Formats: sequence, structure tokens, C-alpha cells
Amino acid sequence: MYDLSVITTWIHDLLSSFMPQWLTVTTECVLIGVGLLLVYAVLALFYIYFERKVCAAFQCRLGPNRVGPFGVLQSVADMFKILIKELITLNHTDKFLFALAPFLVIIASMLAFAVLPWGNGIQVIDFNIGIFFLIAVSSIGVLGILLAGWSSNNKFTLIGALRSGAQMVSYELSIGLSVLTMVAFAGTMSVSGLVEAQHDVWFIFSGHIPAIIAFIIYIIAGTAETNRGPFDLPEAESELTAGYHTEYSGIHFGFFYLAEYLNLFIVSGVAALLFFGGWMPLHIPGWESFNVVMDYIPSVIWFLIKAVALSFVIIWFKWTFPRLRIDQLLSLEWKYLLPINLCNLVLMVLIIVKGWHF
Amino acid sequence: MISLSIFGIENTVLAVTAAVTGFALVGLALWIAGLISPRSFNPQKGEAYECGIPTRGESMAQFKVGYYLFAILFLMFDVETVFLFPWGVRVRELGADGLISIAVFFGILVLGLVYAWRKGALEWK
Repeated sequence: MYDLSVITTWIHDLLSSFMPQWLTVTTECVLIGVGLLLVYAVLALFYIYFERKVCAAFQCRLGPNRVGPFGVLQSVADMFKILIKELITLNHTDKFLFALAPFLVIIASMLAFAVLPWGNGIQVIDFNIGIFFLIAVSSIGVLGILLAGWSSNNKFTLIGALRSGAQMVSYELSIGLSVLTMVAFAGTMSVSGLVEAQHDVWFIFSGHIPAIIAFIIYIIAGTAETNRGPFDLPEAESELTAGYHTEYSGIHFGFFYLAEYLNLFIVSGVAALLFFGGWMPLHIPGWESFNVVMDYIPSVIWFLIKAVALSFVIIWFKWTFPRLRIDQLLSLEWKYLLPINLCNLVLMVLIIVKGWHF
Repeated sequence: MISLSIFGIENTVLAVTAAVTGFALVGLALWIAGLISPRSFNPQKGEAYECGIPTRGESMAQFKVGYYLFAILFLMFDVETVFLFPWGVRVRELGADGLISIAVFFGILVLGLVYAWRKGALEWK
């Protein structure tokens, strides 16, 4: 319906009308960078506010309600507060690695963020191996966390980082395998191809049983990937103060905080992409007038609604389940999720070969 | 109609742009924080945060060997998924031949998991 590439084409034509080609490309890259930066920051601020409000609602509290109407400016105020906090230099850290860790964490989440399909014609990186690229870059984040814990030279951070590393690499397998299940079903790895394949029916409906199993596994593994409760034992405050970022202060800590919320968005965005059609509106085959009405809602709104709804589910987990122990966490992954996932892949292949899908 | 790649720029360039944006975000925020945040010196500030009393012993504490075991197992299965992806994209086209060859590969890896399980590598003791 709305093809948002008319905007980008218009900008492109406008710029190339008075600029040489290399300058056009450079300007466009700068525009993309600024756009990414703004959306990244605004989304992080929104997510911090959103989580605090949802948590408050679960605990029968009001949540932030002083700064601005309904407290919407609370996270903006927090951002300024964190900027004016002192950056403490410690005398026992590995200075280079200590400074490098936040860069790795933010760059990993920014790269993964740029792959998400925002809407029809609004998608920054569109490799033909898009979803694979996303999994690959998001695992750089683990490296940042391990470096942060190691270079701080503190017992709490070391144990927090190791727990986090073990947890994130283990659950990455489940993410990879459930993504593989859906990739086998779609027959493509490119993000735009995945969205296009869901034009008529979303994968969660057309892939029925194996797709639903893959979705459940993905959402559990995604919660663990973002180090959120009930899998928040890398930063279990009653045991490890703050886990791997204990020694980071001020904006240095802010980067980890930012990346954590953005990873929540990325995980739910990828779930929306793989199972709920990305930005594709809800189409029911045969109901032509219904499909036309659904097309009137812009694609960006569709994507944001799906991603925020899935994030709400992940936040809901935090207030429903108690925190796991490390042995329970690892046996959940290796003894339950991984075998189930492998069986699910075989089931999916059976369904594809037999043609038992919609 | 689905439109592709923004501005028609090559994806590699866009990936570099995204990485540079991430770098710029951290650099810019650190620069602003450096300008407006206070600086004060206190010898206690540079110490490791533990509980208030001076730190005892090595900070590089011993940790369980179990972490290494899981890391090695992860390597095995991660490489497995990497090999399965190209086949996954072409399941329909490869047909029976692809299914048989991937079943052998898959079987060997499942045997690996069963072996690790029987050996007790998945127990956290």
C-alpha cells in the first residue's frame, strides 16, 4: 500500500541532481547514520519508560509519573543525569579492554538493529544472507560482555561475565536452530525475502505446529540472550552486585544499559520478522476487503506494534518466573531446548517435503 | 511491490555505515560526558568494588571448569548450524539426495550430543 521507498527515491534524486556521485553516496550514508542514531536513542528511551511502566503495572504501582505528562520524560531526564555522572578511572583495570568493551556491545546491537525490516522500503542493510548476518553480528555482543567482566579485574565481574558468556553462547544455539527451522520453511535467508514470503499468511499460521514450537523456543532463548529475568543471573544483584558491569560508572554503564534494552527490541523484532510477517499487514486469504482495510495501516506501525507486543511478553516473563540457578539454566538449554529443537527441525523438514503446510 | 536496499547503496557500505554509527554513538556520548561530568580524586575511588573493606587475595578468582566444557560443546553445535543453513535454504530443490546426506551429518552430531550427555558433560557438578 504505502511504499515508503518513494521518500528515499525522492531524497536520492534531489541529492544527485546537484552533487557528484561519490558525494551523494557519502551524504546518504551520513543521513542513514543520523537516522539510525536517532531511532536507536529514541527507541531506547521509549523502552526504558515502557519497561518501568509495565513493571509498575504488574506490581500495582504507578511507575514514573512526575517528569512530564505520565512521566514520559523520565527516561530523558535519566539520560541527562547519567551524562553528568563522573567516569571513574580505576587503578587496577586493563585500560584498553575496559574502554573497548562498551564499543563492542553498542556496535553489535547497532549492526543487528540496522538489519531489521522497518517497513516497506525502509530497511537499511538487506544482504541475501540477512538473518544469518544478524545472528553473526549479535554474537559480537558476548565478546563485549566477556571483555567487560575480565578487564574490570574484580571477582564479581569475572563470575558475572563467565555466567553471561556460558548463558549467551548456549542459548545462541537455540536461536540459531529455530531461525534455521524458519529459514528452511521460507527457503530464503534475506530479510526482505522472508517478509515477502509471508504476504498471504504469516509463518506462525502457515507453518502451524513446528512454527509454534520454534516460536516458543525462540522467545525463551531470546529472553536468555538479552540477560533478562528469569535468566538474569549474570547480574543477579543479590549475589554479584551488578555482574559484569559492576565497575562501570556514568555513561560507561549507560552503554550496557542501552544495549540491553535495544537487544530486547532486536529479539522481539526478529521474532516479529520470522513468525509474524515483519511489517506485513495481517492478510487472510479469501477475505479481500479485510486485506484491503489492513493494508491502510502503514507498515511501520505494523512492525512496531508486533515488536512492542512481543517485548511486552518478554517483560511479562520477568514478573512471572523466579530466577533460575546456573545448573538449571544450562540443563534447560542442553537437555530440553536443544533436543526438542533438533526434533522440531526434522518435523519441519517432514512437513516441507510432504507439503503439509498452508 | 517490495522495494529493496535503501538508496540503492551496496549492502557492505551500509553495514560499515551502521558500524561507524555505533562507534560514533559511543564516542560522542563519551566526549559529551567528558565535557560536562565532574572530576574529583580520591584514592578509595580507584579500588575494586567489593563490600567496603579492602580487597583480599587475587581478583582473578578460580572458576569452574564446566564453563570451558560448555564452550567446547557450543563450538561443535554452532559449526553444525552454520553447515545446516545453506542446506536449509535449498531443502525443496535438493530433494532426496540432500535429505540423505544431511541425515548422515545430522546423525553424527546427534551421536556427539548423546555421547556428551552419557559422559556427564552436561551435568553441573
